[in-house]
Amino acid sequence: MEDLGLWVIPLAILGGAIRVSTPFLFVSLGEVLTERSGRINLGLEGTLVFGAMSAYAIAYLTGSPWLGVLAAAAGGALFGLIHGLICSLPRVNDIAVGIAMMILGMGLAFYFGKPYVQPVAPDLPSIGFGWWSDIPQVEAALRVNVLFLIGAVLAFAMWWMFRATKVGLIIRVVGDSTDAARAMGLRPTLIRTLATAAGGAFAGVGGAYLSLFYPGSWNEGISSGQGLMAVALVIFARWNPVACFGAALLFGGAGALGPTLQSVGVSEGYYLFFAAPYVLTLGVLIATSSPTRAMTGAPGELSITK
Amino acid sequence: MTDQTVSTQLDTPSPNGFLGMLARRSEAVILPLAALLVGFAVFSIFLLLQGKSPTEFFALTYRAGFGTAFSWQNTLSRTAPLLFAALCVALPARLGLVVIGGEGAIVLGGVAAGAMGALLAHSSGLIAVPMMVASAMIVGGLWIGSVGALRYYRGVNETIASLLMAYIAIAVMNHLVEGPLRDPASLNKPSTAPLADNLRVGDIPGWEVHWGLAFGVLCCVLAWGLIDKTTWGFAARIAGGNMRAAQVQGLPVGRLIVGFTALGGALAGLAGYFEVTAVHGAANASLATGYGYTGILIAFLARHNPLAIIPVAILLAGFEASSGLIQRRMDLPNATTLVLQGFVFISILMSDTLYGRFKVFAPECWRSA
Repeated sequence: MEDLGLWVIPLAILGGAIRVSTPFLFVSLGEVLTERSGRINLGLEGTLVFGAMSAYAIAYLTGSPWLGVLAAAAGGALFGLIHGLICSLPRVNDIAVGIAMMILGMGLAFYFGKPYVQPVAPDLPSIGFGWWSDIPQVEAALRVNVLFLIGAVLAFAMWWMFRATKVGLIIRVVGDSTDAARAMGLRPTLIRTLATAAGGAFAGVGGAYLSLFYPGSWNEGISSGQGLMAVALVIFARWNPVACFGAALLFGGAGALGPTLQSVGVSEGYYLFFAAPYVLTLGVLIATSSPTRAMTGAPGELSITK
Repeated sequence: MTDQTVSTQLDTPSPNGFLGMLARRSEAVILPLAALLVGFAVFSIFLLLQGKSPTEFFALTYRAGFGTAFSWQNTLSRTAPLLFAALCVALPARLGLVVIGGEGAIVLGGVAAGAMGALLAHSSGLIAVPMMVASAMIVGGLWIGSVGALRYYRGVNETIASLLMAYIAIAVMNHLVEGPLRDPASLNKPSTAPLADNLRVGDIPGWEVHWGLAFGVLCCVLAWGLIDKTTWGFAARIAGGNMRAAQVQGLPVGRLIVGFTALGGALAGLAGYFEVTAVHGAANASLATGYGYTGILIAFLARHNPLAIIPVAILLAGFEASSGLIQRRMDLPNATTLVLQGFVFISILMSDTLYGRFKVFAPECWRSA
């Protein structure tokens, strides 16, 4: 085997970006859908963790990882639905409800997930795109999980939906102006609640990826803020699903930095490299926010940008 | 951002006499209490579905949290950091900001106190103790104050920024206590050097609860005075009600936001100081135990009223103090407390929709005939 030298690092970061980005991608796509309808769901971190637990438990009990993904999506949709219904009440603060749903989601996930910390559930399949190379690192980096591919297709499909379909237009109208939507005979509350439920289902699938592929096990530390970072990433991506795909890859690469440097023997400042995704998210938020002008692309009814 | 949970009603003399005022005030007491009971009820149904007894749960909570002198000591010791953590949420909330990253200020305040204590190990306590307090408060204040500054000067959402910074704070703490600040003698649990005895904080005489509780209660009373009795608090409440109107009126909104967030962060830093000096004896990963997150729930339950924070913090500290016994006796996972907190939190937020809906609470209803 030839010695790759320092080429190992960018290669591992590329592979890591593909591996780590999938949960970011699904959660941010779900959040784009929810926020485009004019509502924010900060609780997707809890949905992500609950999705990870339910996917792992169902995959273990049934032996089928895809049933696990389905269960995670159903659980996520339920969380989204509850969030959507509560936020439909007048004068209820949707940001605070998101925090509460985050606490409840994590609490329920840890509560029901305790018996599943030990057992081993089947993994989701992945496809090797590195067959042309003899270098094991290249092959490892290009082993792409099916969910990543589904997420990539979904990003483009959602972009097309917002651009060219009636459903996309309805969601955008509801998100931009409740009054205009009412004038058109739409039911803003119902549409928002449905969009929030669908967004929750996406976040649940992101969680399924965490427990069923990478890192591929269930424990209480499975997510450390990925769900929250994905929400911040939506602002960075300007509510554009395709931009979310790029941003998710970028964040995945940042998330892979710590483990990669550790694997090549860099131990100095190890913990600080693990903070890289959070620092990147914060930096991106600072760079892309503005105190004076409304953010381009932001849905008009979104409480976070008002 | 509009925040409907912050009351901006000013205490104007009620034209409807004492009963009317009492009716209006009692709405802010009765609705949260009812929401708390609804949260408990939903949690009880959850336990029943699991085949567990809610009666046993609440009886054990009472016994282990409030039943004996010993359990009161346990509960009150846990109350201290919760008071500070809740103030870190309640003070910015007066300006309509939802800051949820108090955990970061607690952790870094504790590390600052531990590092300062190790640095000044050989100097007199008269110098070292004020330096430790100051460093914890300054670090915490800068940490959360910068969240406020980012919000005002850059328009960065404070909820997301503060939580991201809490994750960063924990990474920084791990880096410091496992690297530059590590005491070589701490093998199993990397920590800063243990504090000298004269730098540690003892118990309130006759209480067997450390001084953090007394200072926490004092800070709650002072914070109440700041918000309710000073022009600064008045200006903050105006700005919390309508940021733009406050700006038009010429109120220093930027300074208010940075000041209130920094003050909240400084108090959270003080929680870290007391955790290190009164409980752990050195700064280590035990600082990140989630007090900051429980503080969020306490502040919302207390409707961001600093005086109401005191009883609510004691109640939730009691639940945390009893969770160990409940886990053992009822064979429940330790996440049970988190589930309970989630139900109560959602219930209290839903109750926001009920304010002004009941005629009993309207002063007009009590107009003396």
